Amino acid sequence: MTKILRIAFFLLVVRPVLLIILGMNVRGREHLPTKGPAIVVANHNSHLDTLTLLALFPLQDLPRLRPVAAADYFMRNKLLAWFALNIIGIIPLQRGVSKNPLAALEEALDRGDILILFPEGSRGEPEQRADFKRGLAFLAKARPETPVHPVFMYGLGKALPKGSLVLVPFNCDVVAGEPFKWCAETSRFMETLEDRMSALADKGNFRPWS
Amino acid sequence: MADLIDFSSPVIKAIGVIYALLIAASLIVAIMKRMSPGEGTTELSRRVTSWWFMITMFTIAIVTSPVVSTVFLAFMTFLAFKEYLSLIPTRRVDRLILLFAYLAIPVQFYFAHENRYGLFLTFIPVWMFLFFPMAMTLAGKTEGFLRAVGTLSWGMMITVFALSHTAILLAAGDEAGVAGGAGALLYLVALTQFNDVAQFTWGKLFGRHKITPKVSPQKTWEGFLGGLVTTSAAAAFAAPYLTPLDNVMGAAAGAIIAIAGFLGDITISAFKRDLGVKDSGGLIPGHGGILDRVDSLTYAAPVFYHALHFFIFSGRIT
Repeated sequence: MTKILRIAFFLLVVRPVLLIILGMNVRGREHLPTKGPAIVVANHNSHLDTLTLLALFPLQDLPRLRPVAAADYFMRNKLLAWFALNIIGIIPLQRGVSKNPLAALEEALDRGDILILFPEGSRGEPEQRADFKRGLAFLAKARPETPVHPVFMYGLGKALPKGSLVLVPFNCDVVAGEPFKWCAETSRFMETLEDRMSALADKGNFRPWS
Repeated sequence: MADLIDFSSPVIKAIGVIYALLIAASLIVAIMKRMSPGEGTTELSRRVTSWWFMITMFTIAIVTSPVVSTVFLAFMTFLAFKEYLSLIPTRRVDRLILLFAYLAIPVQFYFAHENRYGLFLTFIPVWMFLFFPMAMTLAGKTEGFLRAVGTLSWGMMITVFALSHTAILLAAGDEAGVAGGAGALLYLVALTQFNDVAQFTWGKLFGRHKITPKVSPQKTWEGFLGGLVTTSAAAAFAAPYLTPLDNVMGAAAGAIIAIAGFLGDITISAFKRDLGVKDSGGLIPGHGGILDRVDSLTYAAPVFYHALHFFIFSGRIT
């Protein structure tokens, strides 16, 4: 039942809104993973980021797509928790706990799922990039054969920034780049991620917004 | 003006001619692709395919009912305005004001649909023009004020106000000639797009002397004049069927559309060049964004409408 609801939500709500009210310019679609296990990493500006990334994939891939989201934010009440877990299909991530917080993600990768991760941690200021957290590197190290697909997004932070409930139409840009893998060292892996993201951001004329 | 468009033959015949041209273009491009395969001809065939989609959508919109046509025109305008607002630098403090700017589109098209000439003419150039700076002033951020209000007002005029002339032309009814508003609208839009293609083709074949080397280096005198002559000839021929104009005035209308279309095209080019983008978006394969497709219309629609209004429509301007 929830599976049908999930597909209906994406088919009847998310895709029409993205297509008609927002409008997307997608570049490098061919670089997105066609099968799992894989990790998609993107910069984070808005709640719309997750929905947009999910909508980039064909509907039949939906069950395999698992956005990773902060447990303290999305599990704070029952209704939101149900929606986040069943409709969006998140894997909740406990922030700041002592036992391996990545265990659930590793299991999902072992099942052949495609994880969607925002290594900036939170949405932060719209259309301004924050430092990437190293949690991704630990995950990549634990599953070194899993490809990491970088995606840069621009514009959704203008349409629905943190702290706003009003959606204002803006076109958004999505630029997907070639995947890379774990490379022996945490700092080198993070540098690679940083470089790849900057290269994708440089492909368009994306201005900071304030 | 709620009565259905009557399916009088001129509009349907004109659409038939357009499809005949489209089939001819498809054949020519297919032959060109066979003879010299490459990026250039692939792009050209992508463009022709997009034409099939656009012309079919426009045809469905225009023959269904005036309400459907107006909603369609308003939606195209929304897409063009959205592309504009997405390209220009905006301020976070102005988000809600931009939402109000979007909401002005249905209002403006309602006035157009009702053929309320006075409200149509004042709503954006007077009321919205005064409303935006007021709202921005009350929002309290003066940094970047002039740029924000200037870019928003100009964008609103060049997209929403200019393109809404297509809708009020549609609403002109019997004054717009034997084929009604739909005929006149088809005449304007088809000739504007035909002129784009004619200028492009003449320019590709014979283009030598650049008109605006800095703004739009592809544009040549040969292309412009070739388009002007071709469009005027087509306009003179089609005028008695679709408009209240005779052949001679039709030729003049064609020249107006060709010149205004060219100016609209290079004006949007100047805007894009200032922002450092080539295309306004990626919505239409082979063409770019909506704004790239309706650029000529941003000038041709108001100029054609007001010329018609001034010289033909009776008793409404003094």
